[in-house]
Amino acid sequence: MATGDFDVHYVAHLARLKLCPEEERQISDQMGDILGYIEKLKEVDVSGVEPTAHPFPLVNVTRPDVSRPSLPHEDALRNAPQKAGGLFTVPKIVE
Amino acid sequence: MEYEAVIGLETHVQLKTKSKMWCGCANSFGSEPNTNVCPVCLGMPGVLPVANAEALRLTVLTGYLLNCEIPRFAKFDRKNYFYPDSAKNYQLTQYDKPSTANGHVDFEFQGGTSRVRITRAHLEEDVGKSTHFERNSGVDFNRAGVPLLEIVSEPDITSADMAYEYLNALKEILQQGGVSDCDMEKGMVRCDVNISVRPKGTKELGAKIEIKNMNSFSGVRRAAEYEIARQIGVVSKGGKLIQSTRRWDDVAGITEEMRTKEDAHDYRYFPEPDLMPFEPTDEWLAEVKSRVVELPSARKARFMTDYQLPAGDAEVFKANVELGNYFEQIAKQAKNPKAAANWVINNLQAKLAETNEQSAQEQAAMGLEPADMTLLTLDSLKFKPEQLLELVGLVEAKAISSSAAQQVFAEMFETGKAPAAIVQEKGLAQVSDTGAIEKICDEVIAANPGPAADFKAGKVAALNFLKGQVMKQSKGKANPGVAGEILERKLKG
Repeated sequence: MATGDFDVHYVAHLARLKLCPEEERQISDQMGDILGYIEKLKEVDVSGVEPTAHPFPLVNVTRPDVSRPSLPHEDALRNAPQKAGGLFTVPKIVE
Repeated sequence: MEYEAVIGLETHVQLKTKSKMWCGCANSFGSEPNTNVCPVCLGMPGVLPVANAEALRLTVLTGYLLNCEIPRFAKFDRKNYFYPDSAKNYQLTQYDKPSTANGHVDFEFQGGTSRVRITRAHLEEDVGKSTHFERNSGVDFNRAGVPLLEIVSEPDITSADMAYEYLNALKEILQQGGVSDCDMEKGMVRCDVNISVRPKGTKELGAKIEIKNMNSFSGVRRAAEYEIARQIGVVSKGGKLIQSTRRWDDVAGITEEMRTKEDAHDYRYFPEPDLMPFEPTDEWLAEVKSRVVELPSARKARFMTDYQLPAGDAEVFKANVELGNYFEQIAKQAKNPKAAANWVINNLQAKLAETNEQSAQEQAAMGLEPADMTLLTLDSLKFKPEQLLELVGLVEAKAISSSAAQQVFAEMFETGKAPAAIVQEKGLAQVSDTGAIEKICDEVIAANPGPAADFKAGKVAALNFLKGQVMKQSKGKANPGVAGEILERKLKG
């Protein structure tokens, strides 16, 4: 697949990454290489192979419905860049 | 041209679990902000989610209650987006392999039974709750990671009223099925409503307009009413509708378009690598199936057939499961189940409500929160169901008058004594002895010349007053039928 099929600008926006033109060029090339590799994988005949959701052969990993103590409130908010009234505060969300 | 509405609903319901979906934080409403949080539900790097077994069971249980197929393989996916109420920057959900699919809900609507097909009910996680202030927004992550079921209907709904009835039926099934408390006040149920209109009789669907995040059923009904009329207004004038998202303004009573983002949503779903797929075994499914309760609509129909109850009574027992169970304890032995139903609904239910209301007021005065109050339940009554049946039997056999029966009931509610003993003790056995009643009638007529004259002058209602006086004088023991006959004979004669 050609590099041009990969819209690095769009994908960077979805990931909320701000890239300078130099980075965009560089990442675009790198992603192009990766996609080229994927294209190559597509050549393998996988008809008759069940698609897998997980490479590890394990299912039904669960825990019992039991509640246990949460983080102390101060610890929970310790990483918050901004807080007020016990809440994480963020720039106003307007739809 | 005539138009018809096509409505589909996506209903989000919080599951009734003790802990959250992926971590052991409490799933409880009303805690101080950010106190039921941990590294997993705060989306800290390096943490691993582990699925709550009960949430998976409740999801499949819902599938059974909604007549769904239960696929033998389900998995979770990441839905990627950035929003402050989602700390992980993705939501875990079942994208292409949900736990349940292809079901239906049958419910009463406009005198008949309507069916809405269920596309799927899949398990996902709730997000945090935002509060908006003057300059910024605050986020509480207590709700983040609470197990959330999304129930997607097919676009089988054709009116605002039908949407309302569907939601009520769904809520009743989920509550009685033990899946969710569905407490609207606590935001446990939220809906997205998809509405389009098309010329009546045509097949092609119109542009789909979504009204997001409704938190009351009456709001859904009002919003749908408004939106259907608005859309018909646009297309009938030759206008064109485009697929979009709107918000319901409950105060203004209108829907308004939400700002459309420049780029369409691109959630880049992919299988969650930190969770293993889910493959229910026969044994596991059988265990879940054993928890399936009788559906409310089936229960109502059964009460009408088995006990010959009118729809109104059966409806009461459908909505109030405990009361219905109580009735069933005596209904099978009752000679007249309808009379027993009347007593359970009109007397027992009312007395219980009245007693508890008073008791709640007293406990509130002592500073107790509603959750900590001790209230009377049908299981903790002083008398046994058979005793109520006995009382109904006494009335039916005309051994006591209905007003005496009220006294007996009040006494057995208070003390738990057997009805026959109360009748004996208080001397309430109905007097059909005409001699005794005749004497009271003479006294009543003499003491109330006005009403007696009124009746003679043709005012029929005056007889009821006099009859009431006879009942009063006899302390409720007189047979009212006999009293009426005697009074009438005396006054006319």
